[in-house]
Amino acid sequence: MSCIEQLEYEILLQGASFKESGEYIKKHFSEWYEVEPGYRLFDSYLIGVPPVVLGVEGEDMIFPYTKPCRGTFLLRARGPEEIAKLRARKKKR
Amino acid sequence: MATDTMESPTALLLLGCPQVPVQTSVAIHLCDQLRERGITPVIAGTGAARKLIEVADPKRRYIGEVLDLDACIDAIAGKQRDFDHAFVFIHNDGGVSYAGTLSAISKARLVGIVYGEHAEETAATITFPCETVVAKATHNPMPVVVKLGRVLP
Repeated sequence: MSCIEQLEYEILLQGASFKESGEYIKKHFSEWYEVEPGYRLFDSYLIGVPPVVLGVEGEDMIFPYTKPCRGTFLLRARGPEEIAKLRARKKKR
Repeated sequence: MATDTMESPTALLLLGCPQVPVQTSVAIHLCDQLRERGITPVIAGTGAARKLIEVADPKRRYIGEVLDLDACIDAIAGKQRDFDHAFVFIHNDGGVSYAGTLSAISKARLVGIVYGEHAEETAATITFPCETVVAKATHNPMPVVVKLGRVLP
């Protein structure tokens, strides 16, 4: 089981494509970042089509989580440390 | 490049959800073709995809090492392992995402084998460097097998 599945998370989108998930983040969150697939988040390597869009709101991370059979879920989970790491990359849009 | 054996190149066959029947037979066929070329196949897949492969080739005459999909991605992303070739089986958006991930984390020559009822539409969403074999095939593997020859090493 992935570390992400052990988080307390909220599902924002289910059944959307990976591309649609990224577009949703850009449309609904003012702070977002683009990273490469394989970016380490919550002790898991992100799966996705480059660039992977990650959103930030308050202390919450918004991110795509892809399963082979069930597609992409857009999740929200608390992650102040992950947000700090992301902001430190200084690659804000 | 880190490979299982120093002598022969390796190829990763990354299997997704086995919802579309052609995946298992095409994967075993591809293993045979790779072995004919002196390339060691390594399969990574979901639990169900792995079981289908292992039951179909119980003496492992064609398949070889079989890995958990997530563990394989972790090993490649963590720079513990890589392959010379990577064939990703794609029939849905999730498959495209896994291929996109390999395009970013692996140095392997990447080939997407795109099949299923909506193969053309799925292939159109591949926006990263990736050779493709595209065939509208669900139960009959031959449309895929015929095109595989174009991308075999």
